[in-house]
Amino acid sequence: MDARNEGDSTPGSHRTAVDRSDRELVVTRTVNAPARLVFDAWSQSELFKRWWIPKSCGLTLVSCELDVRVGGSYRLMILPPGAPEPMAFFGRYLEVIPNARISWTNEEGDEPGPVTTVTFEEKDGKTQVVVRDLYPSKEALDAAIASGSTSGMGESLDQLEAFLGELGAA
Amino acid sequence: MVQYHDAHLNASFAALSDVTRRGILTQLGRADASITDLAEKFHMTLTGMKKHVGVLEQAGLVATAKVGRVRTCTLGPRRLEEETAWLEGHRQRWDERFTALDAVLEELKQKEKVDGRKKRR
Repeated sequence: MDARNEGDSTPGSHRTAVDRSDRELVVTRTVNAPARLVFDAWSQSELFKRWWIPKSCGLTLVSCELDVRVGGSYRLMILPPGAPEPMAFFGRYLEVIPNARISWTNEEGDEPGPVTTVTFEEKDGKTQVVVRDLYPSKEALDAAIASGSTSGMGESLDQLEAFLGELGAA
Repeated sequence: MVQYHDAHLNASFAALSDVTRRGILTQLGRADASITDLAEKFHMTLTGMKKHVGVLEQAGLVATAKVGRVRTCTLGPRRLEEETAWLEGHRQRWDERFTALDAVLEELKQKEKVDGRKKRR
């Protein structure tokens, strides 16, 4: 059997690609399974919690509730390394098309978060997965990237703290 | 006392939570500007603008240099580098996720095969 990709797939399309436009982050990857199994892995808590948390982040998934239907909600409790309490990540499903598309809100932040849409497109037993995070504005995506860059890492945490002190004093 | 999760959830957005500061960055993305220019553009006092620029400078988002009597502001060196680094980090996190997803999918495929064989029997 020939393991090469089909004509319209670019070389290396099995790898994960990231793209940014003004308001959107797009992650693309082709997985070697039919769309209905990929959909299951995104919509059933028992499967979802086995892969969603990247191990290298040192995060612990404390709980995971997914009610994948239009208007249904989800809630993930995630414990960052060294944190006293878990953080909640939650939102609602806006669109659910079995084996094809799931769209949800991200409501944990103070400001309106992105709407995430994942699509599954099957071809010859493989599925192209495209994850889109659409932010309310370019500024909101810029801010998310900037805050992601300045939290998390040790050196920048000090900076963030200094920054907070200053904001508090202002 | 700021608790860790507050710092993470609320304050991680603090650097850019202010609409004026976001505006300043957008403005500097188009062209460098003096503090006086910025103060005029945002209808603020010089002192108020200095404060905002100071906050952004502290975060590495803006750099300033004084030439003669004019202090000129530019986008900080960290901004573009950080965006590139962040996007690569984002890619790696997703790559890790997908690698774990691959393993789950492989298992589901095997399970289907076995179930299919059972059904045919």
